[in-house]
Amino acid sequence: MAEGKDLHLEGVTKRFGSFVAVDDLTLTVPEGSFFALLGPSGCGKTTTLRMVAGLEDPTLGRVLIGDEDVTQLRPYKRPVNTVFQSYALFPHLTIFENVAFGLRRRGVKDYRKQTADMIELVQLGPYADRKPSQLSGGQQQRVALGRALINEPGVLLLDEPLGALDLKLRRQMQIELKRIQTEVGITFVHVTHDQEEAMTMADTIAVMNHGRIEQLGAPGELYENPSTTFVANFLGQSNLIRTEVVETTGTAVTVDCNGQKVSVDSTRSHADGRSAWLGIRPEKIFASESGAEKQGENRLSGGRVTDVSFVGVSTQYLVAMPWGQELMVFEQNTGQRPPLRHGTEVDLDWSSSHAYLLDAQQDATAGLMTPEDAE
Amino acid sequence: MTARATTTDSDPVVDGETSKRRGRGWLLLVPGMLWLAAFFLFPTVQLFFTSLYDPSGSYEQGYAMTWQFSNYVDAVRDTWNLFARSFLYAGTATVICLALGYPLAYAIAFKAGRWKNVMLVLVIAPFFTSFLLRTLSWRTILSDQGPVTDVLQTIAILPEDGRLLATPVAVIAGLVYNFLPFMTLPLYASLDKVDHRLIEAAGDLYASPVRGFRRVTFPLSMPGVVSGTLLTFIPASGDYINAELLGTPNQYMVGNRIQSAFLTERNYPLAASLSLILMAIVVVMVVIYVRRAGTEELL
Repeated sequence: MAEGKDLHLEGVTKRFGSFVAVDDLTLTVPEGSFFALLGPSGCGKTTTLRMVAGLEDPTLGRVLIGDEDVTQLRPYKRPVNTVFQSYALFPHLTIFENVAFGLRRRGVKDYRKQTADMIELVQLGPYADRKPSQLSGGQQQRVALGRALINEPGVLLLDEPLGALDLKLRRQMQIELKRIQTEVGITFVHVTHDQEEAMTMADTIAVMNHGRIEQLGAPGELYENPSTTFVANFLGQSNLIRTEVVETTGTAVTVDCNGQKVSVDSTRSHADGRSAWLGIRPEKIFASESGAEKQGENRLSGGRVTDVSFVGVSTQYLVAMPWGQELMVFEQNTGQRPPLRHGTEVDLDWSSSHAYLLDAQQDATAGLMTPEDAE
Repeated sequence: MTARATTTDSDPVVDGETSKRRGRGWLLLVPGMLWLAAFFLFPTVQLFFTSLYDPSGSYEQGYAMTWQFSNYVDAVRDTWNLFARSFLYAGTATVICLALGYPLAYAIAFKAGRWKNVMLVLVIAPFFTSFLLRTLSWRTILSDQGPVTDVLQTIAILPEDGRLLATPVAVIAGLVYNFLPFMTLPLYASLDKVDHRLIEAAGDLYASPVRGFRRVTFPLSMPGVVSGTLLTFIPASGDYINAELLGTPNQYMVGNRIQSAFLTERNYPLAASLSLILMAIVVVMVVIYVRRAGTEELL
């Protein structure tokens, strides 16, 4: 069994001319963990990965693997291997030779046996003598994975490894990658722009934006308690409502939301000004016909359903509020009650432990998918 | 793991429509085929018949067709040393061209950056002047009083009375000079196509730059190596200008003999049989070479 190693980045900065791709990044990835760097294209996640691999030199800062400072080491001397986005399989070599490449360069005598075992692990046994071009995308992906894993690197880097696969295959490979990671115990650092992929696989996610880490934590933690508008919008969907802070106690913050008071647990407040964005996930809101019994500590009344979309597992409502904003409300189709109809007057209820307060200085649209980002 | 191939490799739909279209596609070959028939096939057949004429005929009186296969025996007997010299010179020139052209093509493909196009133009620039003129100017460069001879004599690589012109060195140097672009351009074309990410991947998999080059970059540039060496070796082995202008009859290659047989002696049967022998040997060598290089599919 391979030994994973810690990965430390200390004040790593990368500039291309005047463009700062990675800005003073400090990060520790504990050994054996599955770590995801998540962010939109151009956020610096791939550059970070390439600096770990040694394919880019940091402008400033240090990269350590285990206790070893590898900042000055050439790529071929680093105990890391990469699964490239394009796979970068050697087209003139067979699958066997591709997988054996790293072992042979290090002069491992027993490479035949190990290579055959690895090809079995990634279930490509019948294809060992073929060339990469004779394989499908999913098979090539597994060759790329096997070719990197066989070297038992301290850290395995994955650069959008599933990006070229179709959705169904991607789901399968996500589960497969997670299983292999648990089996081999190597530290995985996975770069992706797909938030669902990151949440499915990683123990820890660092959300990156403009070369910095916005927030780092377990997927559930990031999703349930985002600390910036970027994270709130990039990971899942959020309703962000402009509010004024009226009272702060030890356990709760009360805010005025266009004349109606609601409260948020103080551990979930990331704002310190007089104003704040009140954030609440659409599926955490319960909409009921106005005047019905309150379902949580908080209620905003005066809404009216303006759109009803049935999407199978859930029904998604748009609710127009008195101040003109439309809020999203998702409800599971449990069949417990009939769906609300268009035009119904509703009250929106939620629990104080589900909302969050974000800095009012931040852009409420940060991290939203623009049409050109959409796949 | 249950992931299976999801791509459909081939589409077996061949209906009347597509086969009709495919039929029309062959029309595109017609002009090229006609050209080859008129300017390669016909002259080659003509050459073959000429090579079997009675050698006692002459240009003025005409030749009689006597199926004189002994022409070939005579040609080989009298000129085998010229063939040997041709292939030796052409082979040496090809090796030197590869040694000079590969680093040059590599630098243009990977290191030249925005100077890439300028450097490519410089490689081709000699073609703007006539082949003959450029070779003549090499006579000046390599002449006994020329700077190259002077320098080599001064640093005692060449003896005091040594010369460059009229030696095999001069002929091979001329061949190298004249055919270098034919080596460099195909090498550049295939090196330029090498995916830079593959070289990165080799480095990521513990290959030092030297080993990465040996295991990845060089094998991927083999199509360029093969076509470059062929484009150099084939014309160089039939060349006569360099031997004529930079050498003496002691450096003459088979091309010189063919040229004089055709144009001076007007011994057409001999010239034709020499040409065909040269062609046959080159074809056999090329086939063996391409097989050995394992690049049939890449050519």
